[in-house]
Amino acid sequence: MKIVVAKNVYKSFPQKSGHNLVVLKDINLTINKGEFVTLIGPSGCGKSTMLNIIAGLILPDKGRVLVNGKKVTSPGKDRVMVFQEGALFPWLTVLDNVMFGLKTNNIDNQTAYKRALEQLKAVHLHKFKDAYPHQLSGGMKQRVAIARALVMNPQILLMDEPFGALDEQTRLILHRELLEIWLKTRKTIVFVTHNIREAVKLSDRVIVFGIHPGRILKEFKISIPHPRPRGNQHLIKIENQILKILQQEVEKHMKIMGGKFGK
Amino acid sequence: MRLLLHRVIFVIFLIILWQGIFALNIWPDFLLPSPLSVGKTLIEGFKDGTFIIALGASFRRILLGYTITIIFGSLLGILIASNKIIDGIVGPFILALQSVPSVVWLPLALLWFPLGEAAIIFVVVLGGTWNMVINTITGIKNVQPVLIKAARTMGANKIQLFWKVILPDSVPHLITGMRLSWAFSWRALMAGELIGTGTGLGQILMWGRDMGNMSMVIAIMLLIGIIGCLTDNLIFKKLEEEVFARWGLNTQ
Ligand SMILES: Nc1ncnc2c1ncn2[C@@H]1O[C@H](COP(=O)(O)OP(=O)(O)OP(=O)(O)O)[C@@H](O)[C@H]1O
Ligand SMILES: [Mg+2]
Repeated sequence: MKIVVAKNVYKSFPQKSGHNLVVLKDINLTINKGEFVTLIGPSGCGKSTMLNIIAGLILPDKGRVLVNGKKVTSPGKDRVMVFQEGALFPWLTVLDNVMFGLKTNNIDNQTAYKRALEQLKAVHLHKFKDAYPHQLSGGMKQRVAIARALVMNPQILLMDEPFGALDEQTRLILHRELLEIWLKTRKTIVFVTHNIREAVKLSDRVIVFGIHPGRILKEFKISIPHPRPRGNQHLIKIENQILKILQQEVEKHMKIMGGKFGK
Repeated sequence: MRLLLHRVIFVIFLIILWQGIFALNIWPDFLLPSPLSVGKTLIEGFKDGTFIIALGASFRRILLGYTITIIFGSLLGILIASNKIIDGIVGPFILALQSVPSVVWLPLALLWFPLGEAAIIFVVVLGGTWNMVINTITGIKNVQPVLIKAARTMGANKIQLFWKVILPDSVPHLITGMRLSWAFSWRALMAGELIGTGTGLGQILMWGRDMGNMSMVIAIMLLIGIIGCLTDNLIFKKLEEEVFARWGLNTQ
């Protein structure tokens, strides 16, 4: 069943130089309920912009995004976002951070407390409930951010390079934890990353974006069950295919830039 | 502890230097009093209540003026920061006003508020307000966009965004603003009291000058410095350190 449908989404931003930068051009994509979809592409190709549009934080210039058949015009509790830096509120404790969304939605303190604590247990951080964000490691911060999003019980989890700033070991641990959560809750996840291996390891489907203008180049379906063994031939083949597409795209783009500089 | 010891030694050195210059007799005693006579004046001033009355008068003024400064300054800052058009028009003038020492308003203020008291408080308010406005604006403008995004995806409305994200994220700037405004207000008060009427520290200082009592003048100067330093170190620095630590910002 479809949950997110993007139709001819077009978005440009005015640049300081005066001209308009077309960031997304004619994006059409469909995401099914419970699917784990990853958007991957070169820096600046509009991945974050696309995620923000699905979140309702940015409106497209043309086209539209439907969630459960309804046009997205503003953020909604059914879609919560996790950011690369965690975006935790530094003045709140871990627990208060996780309770934030519940409180802004007028859920009473006791219920909010119970749900937040439960969610913190799910990410193994309940012992740190009274800590402040600056006292946590990068991986712990991301776990809190994930708990803060999940406690809202959204249908869709939007994740913008959530593990981009982590070291390899921590990243692997969080992959496992995210997959566990996903397999248990079957939430729809829209994930953005630079990391090809991460994309192929986690997702049901990888959507490869090109740049200038940002557009969809190719999609890869990956139906190998979890946990996916490292070094699986099929996965490596897909990784290489994606790598090749992205390399070509970046090279093409460099040539255009080179042409510009040549003049 | 070591640092403290060195500071004490430094102060003793200064007093000895002062005593040395005094002993050279370059100026007559009534122009450059000895450390001992200034010390005596300090003790007597407290004993006979003169300094206590003066401190009371000055503190009443600064507490009233400073409270107005903080409330008015932060409200004005919030108003300016929340509206691009107002910010564009008014912003540069706030900066210009900040560079005018507020005591230059005193002659006018004395005409507008014939009671000297109100005129001095007016100058105190003008002394600290612009800085508070500027720091409030900086704080609000520098709120991390990603925090606003995060809050919005969790369903926060505009009012909640302001109270639960924008304001708390600006608190470090607001505290810094409060600290600087206190220093500006304190200076404005002293400048105002030197010219205005009443029984504050500045006025006693001028009175000492008129009496040719340089011991009194220097004693008050010392008091003004000590109070400024104590409030800054004991109250504002502590507050700032605590807030910065809580907010996860490294001091310095
Ligand atoms: N609010 C904005 N105003 C102007 N330009 C913007 C704005 N937001 C994004 N852009 C530009 O749009 C382009 C795409 O941005 P976006 O953040 O979506 O890219 P991305 O694919 O997420 O890149 P990265 O991988 O580096 O995060 C970039 O060139 C960026 O500079
Ligand atoms: Mg991005």
